[in-house]
Amino acid sequence: MTDIAPESLAEARPPQSQWRNVWDQFKTHRGAVWGMGFFIFVVLAVTLGPYLWTIDAQYIDIRARNQGPNLSHPLGTDQLGRDTLARVLQGGQVSMAVGITAMALSLILGALIGVVAGYFKRLDGVLMRLTDLFLALPLLPLLLVIIMLFRDTLRAAFGPETGIFMLIVFVIGITSWMQTARIVRGDVLALKEREFVIASRSIGTPARRMILRHILPNVLSPITVSATLGIANAIITESALSFLGLGFPSDFPTWGRLLFDSTDYLQQYPERVLWPGLAISLTVLSVNYIGDGLRDALDPRIRGR
Amino acid sequence: MLTYTIRRLLLAIPTLIAISLIIFLLLDLAPSDPTANLPLTIPPDVREKIRQSLGLGDPIYIRYLLWCKQFFVNEPLNMLEQWFGWDIGGDRLRVLSWQTRSPVVDLIVQRMPQTLWVVGMSYVVGVLIALPIGIISAYRQYSWFDQVGTFVSMVGFSVPTFFTGVLVIVIFSVWLGWFPSIYDTTHQVTDWQSFLFQIKQMIMPVAVLALFNAAQISRFMRASMLDNLNQDYVRTARAKGMRERTVVLVHVLRNSLIPVVTVIALGVPQIFGGAIITEQVFKVNGLGQLLIISIQGGDLPTVQTLTFIFAVLIILFNLVADVLYGVLDPRIRYD
Repeated sequence: MTDIAPESLAEARPPQSQWRNVWDQFKTHRGAVWGMGFFIFVVLAVTLGPYLWTIDAQYIDIRARNQGPNLSHPLGTDQLGRDTLARVLQGGQVSMAVGITAMALSLILGALIGVVAGYFKRLDGVLMRLTDLFLALPLLPLLLVIIMLFRDTLRAAFGPETGIFMLIVFVIGITSWMQTARIVRGDVLALKEREFVIASRSIGTPARRMILRHILPNVLSPITVSATLGIANAIITESALSFLGLGFPSDFPTWGRLLFDSTDYLQQYPERVLWPGLAISLTVLSVNYIGDGLRDALDPRIRGR
Repeated sequence: MLTYTIRRLLLAIPTLIAISLIIFLLLDLAPSDPTANLPLTIPPDVREKIRQSLGLGDPIYIRYLLWCKQFFVNEPLNMLEQWFGWDIGGDRLRVLSWQTRSPVVDLIVQRMPQTLWVVGMSYVVGVLIALPIGIISAYRQYSWFDQVGTFVSMVGFSVPTFFTGVLVIVIFSVWLGWFPSIYDTTHQVTDWQSFLFQIKQMIMPVAVLALFNAAQISRFMRASMLDNLNQDYVRTARAKGMRERTVVLVHVLRNSLIPVVTVIALGVPQIFGGAIITEQVFKVNGLGQLLIISIQGGDLPTVQTLTFIFAVLIILFNLVADVLYGVLDPRIRYD
């Protein structure tokens, strides 16, 4: 292939941006496309859904309690006559918001620590020992402890909903950045030895611009992949906490909380656990498939085959 | 290898101390009052005395050092006495639970068998399922078996155990009525009938956790087999005229198992965390449930000790995984 002149190559294939190539590769992964479609659907449903399905999730209609699926309540009602569809939609809003915010927090932390540890040799040892320490912490017990111990304080300070939201996002964020930090650090270490970075350093580029211009754009792909995994992880952790009764309060539904509340009526109304459970599972499944597809699409060795 | 192991063991000590300090400070920072759940009729001065008797009046470093002494010195000595019938003597204060006023270690020893039975069994079952699935899906890459296996494992680790658990309860206990939905820990195996009951009540929790574990391990097994199947030594073995069975199940499998074994070792402490949820779903009163009720009751010594034991498990199995890797793979020797 070396004998082809650059001109003819350019004629053969019109120039494409890198992201266009990534998208083309991503499209070939069927599961990832389905996952993407479903994820967009869920996001639209929980953001726009409450405008279309206008029954208030908190509205108590005690005469219509414990109904099965019917026309006025497509997913039935709970023991207080609250509409399950409206509650699933509202719960989804909170679950997704927690998932995305916690992911963003853990990503920023992980990328920051990874880049700093990889780029500045002096800080590497300290930051990596810190990462190892965090990896050795038993996370679920600690999460439970932190939430149990601090939720009353935060609830008093910021109100019941905002306080718990901040607490949960914060604890999930600071306990899930380690994998991102490790991957980013490894990539930064490899990048530092590449010619373009050495060349750029030789003309005296300051560290800040070096990181923002040359290092960060090149570690974007592992960060993107861990972002998707981060969303899945955050949604599962939040639901697990709510399921253990340590998440949001009962009148403020999230998917995990709805599942937890439905398990009390497992014997009488077993179908009620289905909706929040399916919502969690399918969302996480779709996010994992997106991550799978992105990993393939962002890997230049696989792309274009 | 031995020096490496010793070095790692020594390095683990400061990590463990740091972790115990973090846990302790976290618990101490928290505005939780162990006397909050006591009746309101108790006068304030008596309440203060109760707090003093729990050791809350001392400065924080004294309480931390006291806990360290109780956990690292007194409890091991006590165990030695119990196991070997020695009499070391001395009046040793043990780590006491605030809720039950009994030693935390005794509580843990009581709860341990339930957790180990359910969780340990599910891990073993999970590994036993995962390995063949991983091997076959790698050997027949992109076949329908591989597609189905990949999908199932994707589902397995996407669907949280608290949903699969509830789902199997709905299907198998509520609708079909095959298995009991609650795990009865007081049940004792005396004859064939009670043994069958024990199997019956273990099937659901074990299956739920096993699916979750198998999903992750089979992915690793598949990836590791795929890495090895294209190696030169495989071609050589085939060229020498070895049977396909021998090539795959002896040459490739042995080499592919090396990373998988370490993954299995690394997963052991995590399953205790996952068991917290499964135990809650099936009402198994194991370690996870003990942790939950002590967190809810503000029983700080129990929480501190249990969390620390989880941390010890994580560090221990990290070490085991690293040492195993070196032992199994002669290309990786750390010294």
